[in-house]
Amino acid sequence: MLAKRIIPCLDVRDGKVVKGVQFRNHEIIGDIVPLAEQYAKAGADELVFYDITASSDQRVVDKSWVSRIAQVIDIPFCVAGGIKSVEDAGRILEMGADKISINSPALTNPDLINELHDVYGQQCVVIGIDSFYNNDTNQYEVYKFTGDESRTQQTAWQTLDWVKEVQSRGAGEIVLNCMNQDGVRKGYDVTQLKAVRDVCNIPLIASGGAGEIEHFTQVFQQADVDGALAASVFHKGIIDIDELKAVLVSNDVPMRKRPNFNVVGA
Amino acid sequence: MQKQKIVIVNTGCANISSVRFALERLGVAVEVSDNKSVITSADKVFLPGVGTAAAAMSSIAQKDLVSTLQSLTQPVLGVCLGMQLMVETSAERAQTQSDIECLSLMPGHVARMTAEGQRLPHMGWNTITHSDETLFKGIDQGTYFYFVHSFAVTEYEHTLARCDYGGVFSAAINKDNFFGVQFHPERSGEAGAQLLTNFVNL
Repeated sequence: MLAKRIIPCLDVRDGKVVKGVQFRNHEIIGDIVPLAEQYAKAGADELVFYDITASSDQRVVDKSWVSRIAQVIDIPFCVAGGIKSVEDAGRILEMGADKISINSPALTNPDLINELHDVYGQQCVVIGIDSFYNNDTNQYEVYKFTGDESRTQQTAWQTLDWVKEVQSRGAGEIVLNCMNQDGVRKGYDVTQLKAVRDVCNIPLIASGGAGEIEHFTQVFQQADVDGALAASVFHKGIIDIDELKAVLVSNDVPMRKRPNFNVVGA
Repeated sequence: MQKQKIVIVNTGCANISSVRFALERLGVAVEVSDNKSVITSADKVFLPGVGTAAAAMSSIAQKDLVSTLQSLTQPVLGVCLGMQLMVETSAERAQTQSDIECLSLMPGHVARMTAEGQRLPHMGWNTITHSDETLFKGIDQGTYFYFVHSFAVTEYEHTLARCDYGGVFSAAINKDNFFGVQFHPERSGEAGAQLLTNFVNL
């Protein structure tokens, strides 16, 4: 049976892992390669590296860390941030990333999704969506350039419409980041994720709000997402991945069991 | 095992570095090449691939490697799309085209998964069952491997391992010296490392 995925997200700035609250006030957490290795060993099913440097600056960004990660970890990983063209994506994939995630550039140029699908295949095209629940209008609204507060802007898209659009253009997976919840650890936005799930026929990853083990159980059971992404609860050691998975399994959420052996013959 | 000559065929696809790094983690030296004599003289050959069958086959044809790959007698391991290229035909094509001709290293056809009641792509960690003591030596039934695909070969006479995702399909295939795995051993943790080790030790 296909397991649900637990996905730690590491925000990267200038080659270091950082963490902010609601996209602000970043503090350095540590070096990227040892942290990646540590998460792979701790039982993460996949990792996402979100390059904050790239998405908000115009300068050319050093991505050699992608290759250094690919050398040490043996689980899949996705790189997000600053990928604006088919060529940008190709460089990241050639360095050993399994998937690339596009957010603002897909909103600026939706044809990019089709091009990436045609050149590299649907399986590596992840679309990140920053969605904000507007209390006044009772609507889910798509935002872009959220990596830089001064440039963050609302787009003309409603979230459910954008979810349908990116699927029709060849997206292979959607990471829905619920901005109201991001970094505050009060739980995933299950209501919104359920609404997106109803119109999303490709894998859907929940992002934003994880604070306790119970939040993961809720989002898998109630919103039927394929994976749950979180950052601070893992970085700060609030949640242990093995313990999280044991609780999820006891709640009938299928989780990957790791083989209990050392590789022989090597 | 370090003394062997391991060659990864440069199919022009994007997951070549991941496969190379995985082998290097096992302490194996590897060479990535599209040179006929380098490929032919290897002890073990890897055929990697991601993307579409049409793009990969046209890249292989452009490099004039079709007959080279067909004539190999040493163990060959196709990974993901690389496995799909080993059979006769693939339905993974642009809508106007007919089926893509693959390498015909063994019988078989790649079709879009029916995945009844399930979402595609089939993406993530899923369990396999096998009845094999070569490639899957020491790997328990129900072990998880990492899959990412929407097309597959159904279960048939050359199936070496099975996976179920809204229907059973071939997680691994084998005929003579040719082996293929639909999952990504280079991204499948300890289980993947064991499978790669088994292949190198064949």
